[in-house]
Amino acid sequence: MTDLNLFAQQQANRRKSAWLVAGFILFFAWIGFGGDLGFYLLTRDLPSGRYHHLVPFIGLAALAFAGGTARYAWVNGARRVLDASSAQELVTPATPELKRLDNVVEEMAIAAGIPKPRIWIIPDDDPNAFATGRDPLTAHVAVTEGLLKTLDRDELQGVVAHEMAHIRNYDIRLMTLLAAMVGAISLMSNVLRRTLRGGGGRGGKGKGNPLAIAILIAWVITIVLAPIVSSLLSMAVSRKREYLADATGAQLNRNPAALASALEKLEHHSGATSRIMKGSAHMCIVDPGGARFAEKEGRLGDVFASHPPIRVRVARLRGMAYAPNP
Amino acid sequence: MTTIILLVVLAVVAIWMVGAYNALISLKNQVVNAWKQIDVQLKRRHDLIPNLVSTVKGYMQYEQSTLEAVISARNRAVAAQGVPATARAEGELTQALGRLFALQESYPELRSSQNVLQLQEELTSTENKIGFARQLYNDVSTQYNTRQAQFPTSLVAGLAKASPAELWEIEEPGERGVPKVDLSFPKPPA
Repeated sequence: MTDLNLFAQQQANRRKSAWLVAGFILFFAWIGFGGDLGFYLLTRDLPSGRYHHLVPFIGLAALAFAGGTARYAWVNGARRVLDASSAQELVTPATPELKRLDNVVEEMAIAAGIPKPRIWIIPDDDPNAFATGRDPLTAHVAVTEGLLKTLDRDELQGVVAHEMAHIRNYDIRLMTLLAAMVGAISLMSNVLRRTLRGGGGRGGKGKGNPLAIAILIAWVITIVLAPIVSSLLSMAVSRKREYLADATGAQLNRNPAALASALEKLEHHSGATSRIMKGSAHMCIVDPGGARFAEKEGRLGDVFASHPPIRVRVARLRGMAYAPNP
Repeated sequence: MTTIILLVVLAVVAIWMVGAYNALISLKNQVVNAWKQIDVQLKRRHDLIPNLVSTVKGYMQYEQSTLEAVISARNRAVAAQGVPATARAEGELTQALGRLFALQESYPELRSSQNVLQLQEELTSTENKIGFARQLYNDVSTQYNTRQAQFPTSLVAGLAKASPAELWEIEEPGERGVPKVDLSFPKPPA
């Protein structure tokens, strides 16, 4: 019964994030090829001899640029995120605390049926954790020292289960690529804006195809707004994946109450995790920027946060807890 | 014309058969793999138990019968063959260990010994790993069993030599309520 509830949540989340990703790709395609379409329509009816925009240069350049960025993130993304947070790899656990972490990660890897990911420790007292990599074979799990001190074994297991869920659901790949696309879009928007400002006056004879002009105006407006829209879209995807990872994590350790209580503890420590860059916020279990928008329910929090409000996540987890903890 | 239609139908059927066959084989391998994972963890548990017993023996002279029960349950578990027999023997071992852990609660020296605490963490973790490996095995096996029984995949089940995998079931009512033992490490002074 409640089990069904859990799978239903997972399904709903997958569907919604698939729509968001589709929206993202369409948006990207519009930024790249929308201008080409406009210029093509604008120059189509010109007499021969004048410039005809037949090859979609802008779209091709955008595609090549985004492809390059994505490829760079694909190859070096995980490494860069880990280095930037000064994480140290845990190879041979020296203390009981580290041994326990090592064990818990292996337990959850077994539950998820994936190889044990590499483990990293971030020297930061604020409790937080993230997963990165591109697939289960190249995955990394990083936790802060604060997390190890704050949580008991079951809660740690809950958090690690959540991260393992991100790995198994390929969120680590999705979010790495989305972050690269957001970066590429904001850079492209910058470059295009400068170019348009520079060459704005040329060729404006007034009697163009009205459809072409409408498309071009819409395109320019999109470019100006692109950085905001794309980061909002990627945050929306991130929020969906957080709920999904909570649900999948609960399916892995069959103990949603443990993650719920861990999240409550993390909420009390909602200071900033200074070691984790803002750019990798969407990969963490709780927003490392401290509670800014994340705890505001309603419109604002819905749009501007990479993570859903902890209270809502806890409530959903408690709703799944079919085995009441004695 | 008829020949073309016939050929197309045959091609579609052949492609479907290959797909269904491969899906079954891949599930079958996942089942085998999941079982191996359980096996690894069971071996680990079997290796850890003599260590634990010899470490706590000194403190628990008066609990000879409990210690012997753990050892004999372990030996029976090592010798067990096949899924149902292994499941039963391991279940008994879990119960014997549970009694030992429960008794340890009343030996304060044991609870403060670093050695014992480390062994306990290892055993807890191994128990968890067995539990999670069993969970994965049962999930994958259920998928495999459902798949090979469902029409029309059932038509190629014979070709893929698929037969239902045995689930690891918990039979003893005692095992359902494993005694909860607090094995967490003492918090370091802040």
